[in-house]
Amino acid sequence: MIRGLTEWRVWLPLTVTEAWNIGVGSLPIILLVAGFAGAVTALQTGYQFSGNIPYYVAGSLIVESVVLELGPVLTGLILAGRIGARYAAELGTMRVTEQIDALETLGRSPATHLVIPRVLAGIVMIPILTIVADTTGILSGWYFVKQVLPVTNHDFAYGARIFWHPFDATYSVIKGFSFAVCITVISCYFGFSTEQGAQGVGKSTTGAVVASSIMILLLDTLLAKLLLK
Amino acid sequence: MIELRDVRKRFGTQVVLDGVNFTVNDGETVALLGPSGTGKSVLLKHIVGLIHQDSGTVLVDGKDVAKLKREELRQLRSTIGYVFQNGALFDSMTVFENIRLGITDEEQYRELDYCRERVARCLKLVNLAPETAAKYPAQLSGGMRKRVGISRAIAGTPKYLLYDEPTSGLDPVNADIIDELVKSLAAELGVTSVMVTHDVRGSFKVADRLALLTAGKIVQQGTPQEFRESTVPEVREFLERDFGNLNFAA
Repeated sequence: MIRGLTEWRVWLPLTVTEAWNIGVGSLPIILLVAGFAGAVTALQTGYQFSGNIPYYVAGSLIVESVVLELGPVLTGLILAGRIGARYAAELGTMRVTEQIDALETLGRSPATHLVIPRVLAGIVMIPILTIVADTTGILSGWYFVKQVLPVTNHDFAYGARIFWHPFDATYSVIKGFSFAVCITVISCYFGFSTEQGAQGVGKSTTGAVVASSIMILLLDTLLAKLLLK
Repeated sequence: MIELRDVRKRFGTQVVLDGVNFTVNDGETVALLGPSGTGKSVLLKHIVGLIHQDSGTVLVDGKDVAKLKREELRQLRSTIGYVFQNGALFDSMTVFENIRLGITDEEQYRELDYCRERVARCLKLVNLAPETAAKYPAQLSGGMRKRVGISRAIAGTPKYLLYDEPTSGLDPVNADIIDELVKSLAAELGVTSVMVTHDVRGSFKVADRLALLTAGKIVQQGTPQEFRESTVPEVREFLERDFGNLNFAA
């Protein structure tokens, strides 16, 4: 795979196409999920607030919840299903229909043509989609918290700033990047390892999504332990 | 020249190749016959290095395929065109892009004008219209897909052509067209061809020599005439299944 990186003339255009497909294609579902995540966080914040807590805390609670956890993790889990399943099914079908063997007999590297573009596209686009999810979640939370609590825009912005660490945004992107590596590498591995026809493709696809999801949850815990001090 | 010496291969407990000795001389067309599931395709994949033997030697142009380094194997593969049983066309690419991938010289591959010309020539060689180049594999019939697969295999002007069941799943008319194609390509391009098939009639029309693989072993190699006159029970049984008796027209 590292040797394949030198063949940039091959993988670069394929990566651009792949990045466009997964980026634009995943945008609606990411906007939808992040929007609802922000709304639910806001509504539950409103439900739990008693008179003793200053309203500006709602801003910090929503922003920190979305940026540190909901944005990157929900994006990761959704994309494990959307991109992971797609990659595993595509490569699995190519394996059982001998398209990967055909590439090899043509003297072409399957890593350069199939794996590198998918992994790089994921590594570029998933962190960007995480930032989009964070922004959408915050805006949605901001809107909905004003419907259930007497919070002003000033209160919300003040609360968001008061508990904000500049590293929080970096942490969110690091999580997006880590999940991207995990989703793309796992799904490409499952796709390449496919055996036994249509049943095998189904098995690989399910395996890729389950393994990616479990890895995302493990990484989520590990990164919190290592990076949030 | 392709040479397999005492090649053995097993998958789990199933012995697929059990000491195969098989030779293909330069310029000849050899049909490898045998019932389904006897390891004909596995044998073919050994030649191009997609599968490696458990023991024995596979030599192509005197090079031990299993011992070649990555770059050496890539160079060897550039001299071999492989036609897959179901075409193995890249379904996300057009016919043009599929055939273009068969051009193994990187400089030629990057020259779009050369590629257009080469793809058109390859399509013509397999009797397909130039407009086919813009289509996707899903828009083609089974016979056309096989012919595009052959076009892709010859695009890099290979020295060897390996056909894996080129006529399977085709009606007799299309099967005859493919058989004629195999014959004419061997004559026009001067390639050495190995055709894995269980189509006895087709192989008798096309091949200079035949080999029968059963139970993991080559039980006979020889000319079509030698096969007709063979007294080897496996050969007679296999041929009689297709011809009823062996008194068919020579």
